[in-house]
Amino acid sequence: MTGRAPRLAELAVGDVIGTRTVEVDRARLVRYAGASGDFNPIHWNERVAVGVGLPGVIAHGMFTMGAAIGLVGDWAGDPGAVVDYQTRFARPVLVPDPGSSLIEVSGVVGAVDPESGTVRVDLAVTSDGSRVLAKCQAVVRLA
Amino acid sequence: MPVNTAYAGREYPPGPVYEVAREKLREFADAVGADHPVHRDPDAARAAGYPDVLAPPTFAVVIAQRAEEQYVGDPGAGVDFSRVVHAEERFTHHRPIHAGDRLVTVLHVDSIVERAGLSMVTTRAEIATEDGTAVARVVSTLAVRGADPEAGA
Repeated sequence: MTGRAPRLAELAVGDVIGTRTVEVDRARLVRYAGASGDFNPIHWNERVAVGVGLPGVIAHGMFTMGAAIGLVGDWAGDPGAVVDYQTRFARPVLVPDPGSSLIEVSGVVGAVDPESGTVRVDLAVTSDGSRVLAKCQAVVRLA
Repeated sequence: MPVNTAYAGREYPPGPVYEVAREKLREFADAVGADHPVHRDPDAARAAGYPDVLAPPTFAVVIAQRAEEQYVGDPGAGVDFSRVVHAEERFTHHRPIHAGDRLVTVLHVDSIVERAGLSMVTTRAEIATEDGTAVARVVSTLAVRGADPEAGA
């Protein structure tokens, strides 16, 4: 963590909060499966994934969503300040073996609401040049 | 068997208590790469004004999915998991979930909408303390492809 927490009064729509790159390989998916309890085999078994018509093993959408929000919590200085977080799952993240995929996360301030003491952060989450999460928005309570 | 639209509007009875444990939160934080110390260090969490280590913002999905199992695991609901794609997810936190919480979830099937060969199924998990204080809401939408493989895309 670096610097002090952002203050609502000093933020404007369009401010960039930062960027982050998340690397995901099959081991990461197995770890997420165990931690989350989502053992759907399309997230770790190539045969099953191809059998249901996917190009290969894909990341849990909830892994991508969960990994992306870290940028916002760290920026706010307190992950507990995230009061609302939503997304649509636009495209799956294909995870090769051997190797890994990269998920690029960037966030900008989309709205500032002094009444409720919150800002909305709009996240752009892409992999291999395509947006994987759509309408990915977090509402953060700030002082 | 197609998704049974008669399940829309259902509310399930409260499930068993989910007891939030420090080591489970650490495991989940590790899995999503949440490095902030409030997820692991009770002193850091207390210094930030919380009673114990905090769950990452999407941890509530673990609790919600247990509740959702009552619905998706019911053969009568007609939700075939080999034809399911996760479409949308939303978390609303009335306060952060922390270690030591004892949480009870009530699951609602809010809507089942047929659209272009897909059934869009939206569930809502209302997570509260044992005494009924609201903690978090998890709204999840699944897209279920029809039995005809040409119908989905």
